[in-house]
Amino acid sequence: MDLTKLTQMQKDALREIGNIGAGNAATSMSKLVNRKIDMDVPTVNIVSFDEMMERIGGPESVVVALLFRIQGDAPGTVYFIFSIEEAEALIKEITNNDALRLDVNDELAISVIQEAGNIVTGAYLSALGDFTNITMHPSVPYLSIDMAGAILTVGLLEVSQVADYALIIDAKISSSYQVSQIKGNFLFIPDPDSFSKLFKALGVTNDV
Amino acid sequence: MSKLMSSSHVVKVGIADLKVTKAPNTIRTSGLGSCVGVVIYDERKKVAGLAHVLLPDSKLARQNNFNHYKYADTAIPLLVEQLSSLGARSNLLKAKVAGGAQMFQFSSGSDMMRIGPRNVESVLEKLKQLSIPVLASDTGGNAGRTIEFDLQTSLLKVRTVNKGETFI
Repeated sequence: MDLTKLTQMQKDALREIGNIGAGNAATSMSKLVNRKIDMDVPTVNIVSFDEMMERIGGPESVVVALLFRIQGDAPGTVYFIFSIEEAEALIKEITNNDALRLDVNDELAISVIQEAGNIVTGAYLSALGDFTNITMHPSVPYLSIDMAGAILTVGLLEVSQVADYALIIDAKISSSYQVSQIKGNFLFIPDPDSFSKLFKALGVTNDV
Repeated sequence: MSKLMSSSHVVKVGIADLKVTKAPNTIRTSGLGSCVGVVIYDERKKVAGLAHVLLPDSKLARQNNFNHYKYADTAIPLLVEQLSSLGARSNLLKAKVAGGAQMFQFSSGSDMMRIGPRNVESVLEKLKQLSIPVLASDTGGNAGRTIEFDLQTSLLKVRTVNKGETFI
C-alpha cells in the first residue's frame, strides 16, 4: 500500500481514530489527576524519518517516552511522550510530593510515570479497539529518557523496511488549568501491514 | 551553536543518509539509538564521510527502489566510492564506529528488537570485507548518542545525555 496515495476519506478516518483514542485518554488522565484535561484535534501526517524527529523538537532533544508495542490484528507502536518538566509535573500532581524528581534511580517516580502511562494509553487503545472492532493488546510500558531520535527510530523499524516515511497519528492532551503543565503527546505508528486492516474495519477500503 | 572557525562548518547527516566532506569541516549526526554512525576517513588527505545506518542488511528490504543509504551492506561501499571521488585513497582508509544501542529493554526478544547489535555486527563485517581497519568504536549499551567527527584531528566526539562528551 502506498501511503502517499491515501484518499482524504482514509486520512479523515485515521484522524478519527486519533480523536476517539485521545478523547478517552484525556478522560482517563483527568480522573487520574482530578483536573480537567483537554485534547487538541489530532493530526495525521506522512513524514520522512528526519521530519518525524523535528516534530518532537529535533533528534537530540531529551524526552521522556513510554513505548508500547501493540499486538493483535493491527500491530504497531504507540509512544506516550512528555518533556522532562511535563513528566515531573504529572508525577507531582499524582503523588502530591514536590520532592520527587524524574531520575532513573528513583523507583517511585519511575513507577508513577509508567503506571500513569499504562492507564492513559490503555484508555487510548481500548477506545481504538472498540471503534474499529480490532483487538489491540498493548505490551507492558517500556520507559526511556533520552534523545528523541534514538527513541523514535525503534518505532520506525518495521515501516523502514518497506518505506522511507511513516504515517503517524499525533494527538496531544493537556490540562486547561493554567498553572499545571500536564501535557502528553501520543504518537501511533501502525506497522505497514496494519493499514489495510484498519481501513477495512473503518469501511474506507476503496481504491488504494 | 557556536562556531569557532568561520571558515569551517558542520555537515549534518540525517537518518538513513550519507555525506562526505573535507577539512576544516566537521561532520555530525544526532540521536543515534539502534542506528550506527560509520565514519570512514583518509587521515592525511583530510577527507571523511559519515553514514547513518538504520538497518543491517538490504535483504530485509521489502521495496523495489530502496534507499541504499539505509542499510549497512549497501551504504558502506557507496561511502567508500564517494570518498574516492573526493580524493581519498581507498587502501589507506580508516573507520570509527558508534551507536547500536538497545533503547528499550524488551522482555520478548524478537529479532527486530535486537537491531542495535545486529547493525554493529553488519557494519564491522562489511568494513572487514573492505579491509578498512576500525580504529575506535563506542557501541552497544542503552543510551542515545550524537557524534561529530573532526577532520583536522581525526577524533570522533561522542555525546550522551548522562555521560556527556567523550572523544574516541
